[in-house]
Amino acid sequence: MEFKEYKIDESQKVACYHCGESCQSEIVHFDEKEFCCDGCKTVYDLLKENSMCRYYNLNENPGITLGKVINSGKYDYLDNENISSKLVRFSDENQVHITFFIPKIHCSSCIWLLENLHRLNPGIVSSNVNFLRKEATMIFDPKLVKLSEVATLMAHIGYEPLINLNDLEEKTEKKTNKNQVLKIGLAGFCFGNIMMLSFPEYFAFGNFHEQKNLSHFFGYLNLFLSLPVFFYSASEFFVSAWRSIRYRYLNIDAPIALAILVTFSRSIYEILSQTGAGYMDSMSGIVFFMLLGRYFQTRTYETLSFERDYKSYFPVGVTVKKENGKEVNIPVSELKKGDRILIRNNELIPSDSILMSIQSHIDYSFITGESAPVKKVAGELIYAGGKQLDGAVELEVINPTSQSYLTQLWNQDQAEATISAHQTFVDKINKYFTIVVLATSVISGVFWLMNDSSKALNALTAVLIVACPCGLLLTTTFANGNILRVLGRNKFYLKNAGVIDQLAKTDTVIFDKTGTITHGSTVEFVGPKLSEDELNMITSLAAQSSHPLSRKIYDQFSTNKKFHVSEFEELLGKGIRGIVAGKYVILGSEFLVTGNERAKDNLSTKVFLMIDGEVIGFFNFKNAYRPGLNQLVKSLRKDFDLKLISGDNDAEKENLETIFGEKSTLLFNQKPDEKMQFVQNLRDSNHQVMMIGDGLNDAGALRQSNIGIAVSDDTNNFSPACDAILDGSSFDKIPAFIQLAKSGKKVIIATFVISLIYNIVGLAFAVQGILSPVVAAILMPASSISIVLLTTVSTSVIARFKRL
Amino acid sequence: MSALFVLIGISLIVASGFLVAFLWAMRKGQYDDDYTPSVRILFENEVVTKNEINNK
Repeated sequence: MEFKEYKIDESQKVACYHCGESCQSEIVHFDEKEFCCDGCKTVYDLLKENSMCRYYNLNENPGITLGKVINSGKYDYLDNENISSKLVRFSDENQVHITFFIPKIHCSSCIWLLENLHRLNPGIVSSNVNFLRKEATMIFDPKLVKLSEVATLMAHIGYEPLINLNDLEEKTEKKTNKNQVLKIGLAGFCFGNIMMLSFPEYFAFGNFHEQKNLSHFFGYLNLFLSLPVFFYSASEFFVSAWRSIRYRYLNIDAPIALAILVTFSRSIYEILSQTGAGYMDSMSGIVFFMLLGRYFQTRTYETLSFERDYKSYFPVGVTVKKENGKEVNIPVSELKKGDRILIRNNELIPSDSILMSIQSHIDYSFITGESAPVKKVAGELIYAGGKQLDGAVELEVINPTSQSYLTQLWNQDQAEATISAHQTFVDKINKYFTIVVLATSVISGVFWLMNDSSKALNALTAVLIVACPCGLLLTTTFANGNILRVLGRNKFYLKNAGVIDQLAKTDTVIFDKTGTITHGSTVEFVGPKLSEDELNMITSLAAQSSHPLSRKIYDQFSTNKKFHVSEFEELLGKGIRGIVAGKYVILGSEFLVTGNERAKDNLSTKVFLMIDGEVIGFFNFKNAYRPGLNQLVKSLRKDFDLKLISGDNDAEKENLETIFGEKSTLLFNQKPDEKMQFVQNLRDSNHQVMMIGDGLNDAGALRQSNIGIAVSDDTNNFSPACDAILDGSSFDKIPAFIQLAKSGKKVIIATFVISLIYNIVGLAFAVQGILSPVVAAILMPASSISIVLLTTVSTSVIARFKRL
Repeated sequence: MSALFVLIGISLIVASGFLVAFLWAMRKGQYDDDYTPSVRILFENEVVTKNEINNK
């Protein structure tokens, strides 16, 4: 059986003028341009009418295919006072300000169109796009246009705003980031000036020491300049150190805070008593570099969220049918038991409920991992979280959203998830480092107290100044920061730098199946080769039905030629039949077509074909594996324990066994809590578990594992709470990512050893009580800068070597 | 030598001028979005097309 013959020749494909996607089934000709669907044409028409065709001049095919039809009334809930008041930032009689999150923003045309929305609707006063955050801030006149109309307008032109329950509950401004930059800027400014003012002292140009006045003047200036560094920029070190001491745990900030404090007080003493120049330059220098390193390491991905819970998965509003037949929109959180709700095509079911309409197909793939849609008939219980696939249905709520099966499972996860205090590499070294430093300083202090008491305090403080573990902090922050950047460039987004540590330690990798190692599905016809006419007949028939399987057959095999279908009949849950081109064609279950009662226990999904009473063969629906899966498994198998754990049935078991090999464990039909337990058991037996999953059914397991990676084909889409988000296109790079994390750790150790050498040299001066500001001033920038350069350059070189 | 005091004082004042400028820019949110304005500046003000709309 060959596929290629059914596929349309690539060269014949026409790119849609609006969205750039190849026109598959039908081509809509309009205004001498080709469009892939009516939706795209409509948008073009709308823009042309308002002479906004510049949209198409800025970029070629900038549009977004609408995919699904926007249901009218989808955004009606936004007019509910309760909901809108939580979303808008500011409102009065004349103006409403609101910020929408629009994941579809992708090019300059998008910015242009969204910022010119006022030309499409005069009610919109102005709009402002933040491209990196994918946000649009709108100002509109509530007398002329309603909030729901603004949202609908955006959805109509392809920029669907994403609104979820999380938005309603918290509106946290990201202020911390701003403060961080302020601190760095201020520290850098003071560091530069202090450095400049300290130069004369070090190099003693001419006979500087005789110019006592000048020397004191510089000293006071330095003191003045170091105040903001000490009290503002360095404050976070003191806060964090104090917190760690209170919890009786020594973090890296504690010795650093101590060193800063000692340096600062001794410098103040020296300057005020006019006994020396102090070490203000060293102090502000290390503060500046350490803040810079931290910033580099903690730069977050603004549009990604790692902490999502069910609230960001569910819709905000839902349509409720009142007893008098009226349809009202209410927030999901106000749903009560007994409410009649209306769920339209492709909408999520917000709470456990009973189906009132005759039948429906629910896609549970995200919740349970099952790949095929589940059929439900009237009176059956439907769990929250499923996606309604055919038409609009009515449901009666039996549990409010917060108490539904899914959300309870989620909450339970949260309760059971152990807050594992990840002991990072830095923490471990730091403990010994600090003890050694404190011991050295005390010993040298005591030694000088007995020999030359005038030098005791001097030596004690000097040791603390030199031995500041800033080198250690710099190596890790800059190395991790650079690795995060490299991984981000390869579409692997980590929650924080601690994940790199976990990544390097991994010894067991668990895969989910549906959506993780599979990516979409393909249909294959098993039987004699079909002629082109026969194929056209089949697709013409399939086009009449909205059943997901019919759609799939249609999408994969359809050509431009169409036949007329008469006497079409859809047999619920069985199949479809009709007369096409004079022939009687049936597509349906095995039982319908062949009469064999095997359909129930049949594991893979099959659709049988009968033409004029003759069974021709069947369409086999197979999951398609992600490209590179074979290679990936092969290279991982050498170093890691591989496991597969799926919520789906074991129809693909044989196939997967050949890929994963005999040693790997393959588990099927696993419920979400079983997956979680499986991960927990592995961890209990001291394995470092990496879980790779995608759906809500993996949420528990992702949380329970040492490192949970959510695979997503569109990182703006919903993904469950996790430690890292991986774009589907980089799936085959996982081994390289792990290797990079491991090499990163080696780089950190190597540079740390170098920084130790600097420390030891400095200590040699310090214990003798002869550490002059000159030595400190040379050691500090030399060690800091060389460490920063060494770590960033070496991690970049390694990344290039690994082709990342 | 006393010129040095004056010069250094002036240089610090100039430097703090830049610091204030930085703080001001930071607070005004000029660092919040460092991409969109670079695109926006290339959009032309289409006075002509606005007339077209009015003509309709």
